[in-house]
Amino acid sequence: MARFVARRLLLLVPILLGVSILLFLWIRALPGGPAESLLGERATPEAVEQIERIYGLDRPIYVQYVKYLEKLVTGDLGTSIASRRPVTEEIGRRFPATIELALAAMVFAIVLGVPLGFVAAKRYGGVVDHASLVTSLIGISIPIFFLAILLKYLFAVKLGWLPTIGRQDVLISADHPTGFYVLDGIVTLNFEAAWDASLHLILPAIALGSIPLAIVARITRAAVLDVQNEDYVRTARAKGVGSRIVDRRHVFRNAMLPVVTIIGLQTGLLLSGAILTERVFALPGMGSWLADSIGDRDYPVLQGGILFVALVFVIVNLLVDISYGLLDPRIRVS
Amino acid sequence: MGRLRVPLLAGIVAVFALVAVSCGGSSGGDENTLVYGTAADPTALDGALISDGESIRVLYQMTEGLTALEPGTSEVIPSLATDWTTSDDGLAWTFNLREDVTFHDGEPFNAEAVCFNFERWFNFPAALQGEGTTYYWQFGFGGGFKNPTEDSIGPEDSLYKSCEAVDESTVTLNLTKPSATILSALTLPSIHIVSPAALEEFEADAGAQNEDGIFTPGGTYSTEHPTGTGPFKFESWTVGEQLVLVKNDDYWGEQAQTDKVIFRPIADNAARLQALQTGEIQGYDLVEPQDVSTIEGDGNLQLLERPPFNVGWVTINHAKPPMDKLEVRQAVSHAINREEIVNSFYGGRGVVAKEFMPKEIVGYADDVQTYEYDPAKARKLLQQAGLTLPVEIEFWYPTDISRDYMPDPKRNFEAMAADLNAAGFKVTAKTAPWRPDYVSRVNAGTAGHLNLIGWIADFADADNFIGTFFQAPTDQWGFENPEIHDLLNEAEEESDTAAREQLYQEANRKIMAFAAGVPYVHASVALSFQSNIQGFVPSPVGVGGESFASVSAGDAEEGAEDTGTEDTETEETETETETEE
Repeated sequence: MARFVARRLLLLVPILLGVSILLFLWIRALPGGPAESLLGERATPEAVEQIERIYGLDRPIYVQYVKYLEKLVTGDLGTSIASRRPVTEEIGRRFPATIELALAAMVFAIVLGVPLGFVAAKRYGGVVDHASLVTSLIGISIPIFFLAILLKYLFAVKLGWLPTIGRQDVLISADHPTGFYVLDGIVTLNFEAAWDASLHLILPAIALGSIPLAIVARITRAAVLDVQNEDYVRTARAKGVGSRIVDRRHVFRNAMLPVVTIIGLQTGLLLSGAILTERVFALPGMGSWLADSIGDRDYPVLQGGILFVALVFVIVNLLVDISYGLLDPRIRVS
Repeated sequence: MGRLRVPLLAGIVAVFALVAVSCGGSSGGDENTLVYGTAADPTALDGALISDGESIRVLYQMTEGLTALEPGTSEVIPSLATDWTTSDDGLAWTFNLREDVTFHDGEPFNAEAVCFNFERWFNFPAALQGEGTTYYWQFGFGGGFKNPTEDSIGPEDSLYKSCEAVDESTVTLNLTKPSATILSALTLPSIHIVSPAALEEFEADAGAQNEDGIFTPGGTYSTEHPTGTGPFKFESWTVGEQLVLVKNDDYWGEQAQTDKVIFRPIADNAARLQALQTGEIQGYDLVEPQDVSTIEGDGNLQLLERPPFNVGWVTINHAKPPMDKLEVRQAVSHAINREEIVNSFYGGRGVVAKEFMPKEIVGYADDVQTYEYDPAKARKLLQQAGLTLPVEIEFWYPTDISRDYMPDPKRNFEAMAADLNAAGFKVTAKTAPWRPDYVSRVNAGTAGHLNLIGWIADFADADNFIGTFFQAPTDQWGFENPEIHDLLNEAEEESDTAAREQLYQEANRKIMAFAAGVPYVHASVALSFQSNIQGFVPSPVGVGGESFASVSAGDAEEGAEDTGTEDTETEETETETETEE
């Protein structure tokens, strides 16, 4: 196991190197540059040229890349052109917000999706099964953006139950040692802040979690149906094991394997959904930041931010692989 | 991992039940705290280093200049200077300073502090000489640098020459040439006077250029310690979440009505409106045209309007034949139905432009040549020019952009193209994304015969409108008209207000008679507040003229404005906070 993990971690180096080259080329292949976006109506050719010289964008691309790489190995991801803040500092501030949101969305998707799929499979062809199908289809097909507006209208504007923007009420004073606001509230024993931060997560988590919820429910259902017809399940039932125990030990546990895979993949994909969710809920996370940076052609942010996201994606996948071993001893052995 | 237990719906039900019980109203209802929704965070809180509206808005609450603008107008009034005189040659401006003023850090405001600021700007190192870095010092004030780089403005082209602290409360600014715009320029937050001690202590100019040439402030002045003299002081800034200002109890002028102003960045328009409806914010800027009717129909909300400070126009590139012919340009001017466009696409907040600046700006001439909508006349003019109809032209418009003066460029374009086609032209549509290359193309003169573009002014002066567009030949317009250029040069240096006004009026007449281009709209921008919020005065110059010091929330008892539909949320929060006083 340790060797497996070590090998996978070593693989990170070529993967990230490759990603950084692709990113570098892709970003510079986008038409235009940061100058025009900084200057607006004032973008005369001379002004654009001056800015490109200042930012070193007039140098050959390989020179730019080597310079970039030199700094990268020291952990310096450069400085945002738009905000003039170091990219690493911005990531440090924004990443917890995104992780918190993604975790909340996944919790929502799993807590609701797995039982829904399980029950649907057990009541195969019944009302619950059909209802879960319809729910899943709705979950997958409603654009996050629209769902978010709808949720906000209902639960915030009309009912006044939940907040619509931000991570924390502006009038609550709270310390943020970790950057994860719910956790921060708990560790600083500021339960009001933790509660408030949780409330701020509910609507974004539902909006972002709707698609994974649908997918998790469908995969769970399919997996359970599959496993249910396996010989060992039949055997277990035949030898008189209680139906609850069969479900839990034999069916559920084996059915979880594909579900964990999909959860891992979905967690990585959540970032693209987070772009919209963070924007609509005014959450200062990675998604909205990267989206704005594309518009601004903020090269250092795009390079550093996306590279970091790639790193996270690879690590999440590694964790998924490791969890296979935990769920299924056969994989661990081989 | 063992066993996964599945707490079915119970958990979710419990959560929602708790939410329903616990969550009365939303935040921000504290009557002494105003929460205001903005589109983004400021870039930095050092006036010298910014040119974006979000930074300007925040700085304008904290810092002050020698002059200021009368709220709601573009008229210059005394601020940190009580009065001023000019030498006969117009090269020396002597300001008498207010004497009872201290910076937020307790340091005294005096002539020395004024000179310190001007010398700081003039002595900026290479890293701070970029156009995008110190835009307003260079192009608002006309300042240059003592030690310029090959790209930047040197001392000989700098309007600023030197600063003399005559005595504690008298300061003289020496200029290299007469300037009529200096009093307006001094109102800009980038030219505001801040505490020398704070600039030094928190290393405003430390840091410097990294390898990419980007200046990263090494000090904390621009992020944690902006220190001015204004009615609000900086308290804290959590990027992406909130920027908090508190009332300056030692303010020399009228005290702020609000104890705290909190700016919350909310990039999404729909999210800003919803946050206002829930009470999470009490006001926001940049109301979208499609949201106007929602706000007007909501008894808890009010809509405010900023006088227009922009102009939308169709560039005519004279360098592309047949646009060099006056008749052809006149034909374009007659072909476009401006009333129709302004009435259809601006949600009731546009006025038809007669010339290249709005009437609020000194130098506006009411009697310029106008071009009424007349397709038949346009055709006739084209024939007079000796052209065979239809005349083929390229017409460019930008995509992926919404500007105050053109909320939806494509719609403007389509209406204009139809007009032009009906008047003897044959329009070929061309387009490019605003960012990155549309504007550069228009400015470089490599777009079409006609291009849709416009201008949002930096400060309230004719020089920042027609002076910027036409003072010298540019590739955007592709013409040389010494008469117009000379008039504008003369006007820029004329320090006698009346004479200057006449020069600009004359220039406006010449420009329109020359049919240089087709200005068609000045659009106002709307803001929205909850209806109990009073005292916000929209400024024609926008965020750089709008103080939150006069803003307050009406008391529940005095709620004369209560509309009856007021829902319980706001009242609840108001009573909650009364104990705090």
